[in-house]
This record gives sequence, C-alpha cells and structure tokens, in this order.
Amino acid sequence: MGIIRAKEVGYSYKRLNDQGEVESVRQALNNITLDVAAGDFIAILGHNGSGKSTLAKHFNAILAPNEGTLWVDGKDSRQPENVWDIRRTAGMVFQNPDNQIISGVVEEDVGFGPENMGVPTEEIWRRVEESLRAVGMYKFRRHSPNKLSGGQKQRVAIAGVVAMRPKCIVLDEPTAMLDPTGRKEVLKTVGVLNKKEGMTIILITHYMEEVVSADKVFVMDQGEVVMEGTPREIFSQVERLKSYRLDVPQVTLLAYELRKQGIPLPEGVLTNEELVEALCRVRAAGEKQFTENGESV
Amino acid sequence: MENQYKMSLKLEQINYIYGTHTAYEMQALTDISLEIHKGEFIGVIGHTGSGKSTLMQLLNGLEKPSSGRVLFEGKDIWAEDFDRKMLRSKVGLVFQYPEHQLFETDVLSDVCFGPRNLGCSLEEARERAKKALAMTGIDEKYFADSPFDLSGGQKRRVAIAGVLAMQPDYLILDEPTAGLDPKGRDEILEQIAKLHRENGIAVLLVSHSMEDVANYVDRIIALNQGRLMYDDVPKAVFAHYRELAEAGLAAPNVTHILHSLRERGFDVDTEAVTVEDARDTILKAMEKSV
Repeated sequence: MGIIRAKEVGYSYKRLNDQGEVESVRQALNNITLDVAAGDFIAILGHNGSGKSTLAKHFNAILAPNEGTLWVDGKDSRQPENVWDIRRTAGMVFQNPDNQIISGVVEEDVGFGPENMGVPTEEIWRRVEESLRAVGMYKFRRHSPNKLSGGQKQRVAIAGVVAMRPKCIVLDEPTAMLDPTGRKEVLKTVGVLNKKEGMTIILITHYMEEVVSADKVFVMDQGEVVMEGTPREIFSQVERLKSYRLDVPQVTLLAYELRKQGIPLPEGVLTNEELVEALCRVRAAGEKQFTENGESV
Repeated sequence: MENQYKMSLKLEQINYIYGTHTAYEMQALTDISLEIHKGEFIGVIGHTGSGKSTLMQLLNGLEKPSSGRVLFEGKDIWAEDFDRKMLRSKVGLVFQYPEHQLFETDVLSDVCFGPRNLGCSLEEARERAKKALAMTGIDEKYFADSPFDLSGGQKRRVAIAGVLAMQPDYLILDEPTAGLDPKGRDEILEQIAKLHRENGIAVLLVSHSMEDVANYVDRIIALNQGRLMYDDVPKAVFAHYRELAEAGLAAPNVTHILHSLRERGFDVDTEAVTVEDARDTILKAMEKSV
C-alpha cells in the first residue's frame, strides 16, 4: 500500500446562513481514488476551482473526507487521534512564502516546526543545519528572511518542513509568485529532496513545464481525477488537456503543431533536446530518401 | 506631431533610493530614461528586486524619484501646481493579486468605488462601472453578487474593472496572470489585448512569463538590478537570450529550441518568439533541407 491512498473520497463545502443552517452545498471532491507510492514524485494539474487544493489539504488532514476514506501512511485521516501523526508524515508548503515565515532569523524559522514537536534542542540544531543544507540556504542561516528573494524565502519555507522530517511533502503551487530564477531554484530543491532524500513529493502547479520530470501526473477537473499517467502519456493529449482549461509545455505544443503539418515526430515530446534530436532524425531520413529516389519528397 | 509628442509618460534620468541616510540605504533604480506613448503595448520584465515595482509606482506618482523627472504629457508631475489625483486616474495601476483589494458587498458597488472617489455622481459612477465590467467580460448577471463568490479569474477581472472605471489612458498591470490556470491566463491576456486594441489604452504588462510577453506586446523594457537593460521590440530583446539568462530572466522556450536547431545546421530564423512563428520557420527549414 502506498504512502497516500484515497478510496472513493468525496468532500463538500457547506455554506451556513446566520442561523447556522445549511444554505448551500458545493461538492469539491467527488469519488477520488488514488494511490501514491512512497518515494514517487507526483504532480497534480487542474484549473482554478478543480479541487486540487482541497485534495492537497486532505493529504495532511487539514480536511477530512465526508465520503470515502483517505489513509496517510496507513492511518485513516478521519480519526482525530491520527491527525498529528499524519501531519508529521506529510508536510505542506503553500503558495506565498511571506505567509509561511514567522521568525526574524532564517535558522529560527526553520527550527520552529521541530521545536513545536518537542524535539530536544541539540537535535533541533542538527536538523536545522541539515535542512538548510538540503535546500541550499545554509549560508543564509543568520539572515533576516525579509531580505531574501522570493525563491530563497520559499526554500526556507521548504527547509522548515524538511526539519520536521516528513516522509512526504505536499507543495501547493509553490512557484506561482516567483520569477523564473526563483522557480528553477525551488524545483531543483524539490528534485533533490526526492532523489537524494527519497522523500515523496506531491507538487500542485499550473506550470506545465514543472511536471515533465514527475513519475506520475494526475489531472483534476470538477473535483474528479480525470487523467492519470506519465507526463508523456498526459501531454500527448493536447486537445483533451485544453478541454480541462490546461495546456502543454511550449516545446510539446511546438512538436504537436509540427506533427499536424505532417512532420513525423513522436507524440508527447517533453524536452527541447528530444525535439531537436527528433528533427535531426527526420532530416536524416529525408536525405536518405532523397538520395535513394533521386528526387525531392 | 507636437500634440502626439505630448501624449506620453516620460521618465528622465530617474534615480530612486530607498531608506536614504539609514543603514538600509539601497538604490532601487539608476539613471532610467524612457518614454511611453499612448496606445503602446509594453512588456516589463526583470528578476525579483530588479526595480519593476518601484518603476511602476513612479509612473503614477505613488513614489517620488530621488532625482530626475517624471513627465505626464509634458508636465512635471512633482511640480507644485500639478494635479496628482488626476494623474492617478489617468495612469491606472493594478497591483499583484488585485482581488485581495475587493471589499464591497456586491460587484457593481466595488467597481463604483474608484469613480466615486474621483467625485463622479452615483449615476455617472454606475455608468462607468458597467462599461468597465463589460470591457473585462463580466456578465451583468453577476453585478449584484458578492465579489467573494466569484471564481479566481472573475474576481481578478472585477478588480481590473475597478481601475478601468477611472478611465485611464495608461494601464499598468503587475503580474495580472499570477496564480491563474492556463485558460484563465489566456482569458485575462485576451481581455487586456482587446482593451488595448479597441480603446487605445496604453498597457504596461509586468510579467515573469516570457511566453506571455512574446505573444502580446510590441515593445519590451527589461530591467536588471535597477538599470535599464533593454528597451526594444521582443525579437531584438530575446536575441540576447544568454544575457537575459544571466540577469535571472529567460527568453521564451522556443528561442532556445531555435538556437539549438541552428547549431545543428537547420536554417531557421532564431528571431521567432512565438510557437506559430517557430513552427513556420522550422517547416521552411525542413523543406529546404530535403
């Protein structure tokens, strides 16, 4: 069984009137069944309002399902006694780094989580150092977070979660407010945590480029998981993604456009190198045919 | 010609220093001179901390330059008799995540706030609000709804309408697509392009997405560490893709692809900055090579 498993999970937001009676109900999640293997890098795509963030909040028991069951490391998230274990297993990083940083010094901020968990002081310092090194922010440990760039702040926020030693980190649009450099820094950090530390990563994003290196992608629409597969499988379905208000990486779109014009390229090209190599092969094949037939094709 | 020359927003040798005479003194902008004409569609790019936001705030008089002049239609906006309230209605500024500034109980009242503040009568304000909401594609059926019940993209369009209702000649948008899904992003950008096309409003689009910038604007202003790095048409700016990368920016991905292809001997035009242009130049190069 995977580190996170959902079986027929449903969740609805209820709106109450002044008398505390239910005024309206909005179904945010509907019949979600998924299984995340430990150590995987998972990406979740979906338009605004598709239920991604609601689902993310289930992964560390900020929300518990109204229907169905969700287990984190084997623990049922509806049982109140499991909540703290679940939050220790799955840490969360949110969109705005400024909302997640509470201390005036980087290392104190990173130490906040483990301190709250009752970790002994010596151990806290060890973890703070390790976490800051893991995200490449150790040399800023004595700095004030408000003098850092967005990407750096977000890495400090990630270090704060890493210091709690979770098995899994859920990142809800961690790069939405960052510039290209900041985005790269954060993604690289996430990649290192996944590959080197073996942490399970669940990345929620609107940037299609960010998910090409994921092991598996889930696409959500209207509270349901509507597509599931490797990035290549997902991104070879350009039109279908567009129908879910999504997109494909620019290189994938370019390859798709060229295919439509009759250039024999493979489906679901994900990287620049792949496209360049594929075009070189097409050219080589064309030249070969040219010499064989003695005429242009 | 004389008249046209006057229809502009101009920065002359601007320097801006934060926290003068304190330990945190920092020069945010150094020697910036540029001119924005009515009707232009400009992209402003720069890494975090490059001075983009300071520049935007100088343009509508929210910040005062440490030295240099800001001229609105030829007049110094910091002259004693200059009406800066008028300036702020003529140069509309839409901050990042503008929907966080929505506060009224219904959509229409929220958009009326700006014109009311400018001294418009209630009727006039409503008239302007309705027009502004139509320009951003918000249907009349939402006018009486609470703005907080709308989707993220709709909220943002209502917030933009709040600035448009002041009927600006220049519209500055700071990252208007941040946090939106790809479709929502395209919708907002299309609306902005339409505003520019149909109403002749000059648009300054501050963005981290080079792809968005490449698809829409006719001119790019690139800032690097408080200095003007480039001010040119997109093709010319993105031709410096290596320098841009060093400045913490990136050219659109297609630019990188085309340069790689060129290195491999394809006769492609590396100046193409959109997917359509890239497709066409690759197709042409493929025809030639076979």
